[in-house]
Amino acid sequence: MAKILSYEEKDTWIHRLSGVTKLIFFLLWCLTSMLTYDTRILVTMVVLALIIFKISRTEWKQVGAVFKLVLVFLVFNVFAIYIFSPDQGTAVYGTRTVLFHIAGRYDVTKELLFYELNVVIKYFTVIPAVFMFLVTTNPSEFAASLNKIGVSYNIGYAISIALRYIPDVQGEFTKIKHAQEARGIEMSGKASLISRIKNTSTIIFPLIFSSMDRIDVVSNAMELRGYGKHKKRTWYMGKKLQRNDYLAIAFTVAFSVVALAITFADGSRFYNPFV
Amino acid sequence: MKLKFGIKEVVAIGVGTALFVALTEIQIPTGIPNTYLQPRMAVMAFLAAVFGPIVGAVVGFLGHALGDAMFYGSVWWSWVFPDGLVGLIIGLFAAKYAIKEGGFGKKAIILFNVAQIVANAIAWIALAPILDIVIYAEPTDKLLVQGAGAFLGNILIVGILGTLLCAGYSKIGAKSSSLSKED
Repeated sequence: MAKILSYEEKDTWIHRLSGVTKLIFFLLWCLTSMLTYDTRILVTMVVLALIIFKISRTEWKQVGAVFKLVLVFLVFNVFAIYIFSPDQGTAVYGTRTVLFHIAGRYDVTKELLFYELNVVIKYFTVIPAVFMFLVTTNPSEFAASLNKIGVSYNIGYAISIALRYIPDVQGEFTKIKHAQEARGIEMSGKASLISRIKNTSTIIFPLIFSSMDRIDVVSNAMELRGYGKHKKRTWYMGKKLQRNDYLAIAFTVAFSVVALAITFADGSRFYNPFV
Repeated sequence: MKLKFGIKEVVAIGVGTALFVALTEIQIPTGIPNTYLQPRMAVMAFLAAVFGPIVGAVVGFLGHALGDAMFYGSVWWSWVFPDGLVGLIIGLFAAKYAIKEGGFGKKAIILFNVAQIVANAIAWIALAPILDIVIYAEPTDKLLVQGAGAFLGNILIVGILGTLLCAGYSKIGAKSSSLSKED
């Protein structure tokens, strides 16, 4: 089974924050990091994200496997940008300082390297935030808290069911896959594209049918217990927002506003050291 | 068309999202960077076709965001929204496919595939590159190639696997639910 990020119980003030606070932080953080290309802001964000990551006492073994995968994607993306558009840096920053020439239209320019550096830093601002959100948020508490701040409990419940059943469905997937492999069906890259699709369907069909059964069983059980009868419901894991939550939200909002104000102060989202 | 949103839809979103996330594990490479044939798209199309647009949209959106976060540690928002849109558009015609009633015949297969091709075209050739340019300011050429790759990959996997899933489930589901409830 592939290693995925999941919640682990620990006792730090980040773990004690409401899931909603962490969601607001996560979304605003992503938004800020998406909008800004200001290197100064991005570096500040990386440092802050690493500090938060450290405080949440997340260990390498919880996130290491996923982190390596991200790196592979990152390298891919950086090369793809260069291959498709070796002059992207010039397009963005306006100047062109050639460091050395490779072949044809492929020069290595200072502007390109700086642009790619920004793309890489962008990744590194978001990764710790995603890790922190996933490994410190208790799914049940998260669903309950969503409802507490006014989100419809149907949505809270759907998210809660999703998080609850991911490991189950994943386990079932692995089981079916092993069974099919034992019957001699090739799942790896050795098979051709069409036969890989066909072989994949030998896992997906049983998985879909059992999942459709699961949907029936779970929804019948919920109906029997009177789910959806009343406009409100009570939660076991629900938490009210507390002082620390408000402080964290205030900090996040303030940070995003200041960061975006600095970014767009000169009318462009890029920080340009070349002029 | 009437929108149904009851217990079954809530659970379908939950279990469907879990299914989508779990299937993130299978990615068949197409040769274009960061672009893969994704069987999870076929599953999402199937769920949208059975349970309607809301389930389709939420499973696409939430499943993509959660799946990417859990497996890859980063969320590529400009590709999350189009995924929700695909689920929404395919789901709009859920009543016409009549999968649970065993009515997924030739006409429904054509409608399903027209819907999925239109949905994927809007999502990956238009919406995703536009969002990518606005949000991430990456080179346009690269985004268009990636968008076209995703479009081809998705219509292929939804067209083959998605259609097979709908047809297969329709045949089996029909046995137990050929009676429909009067409103």
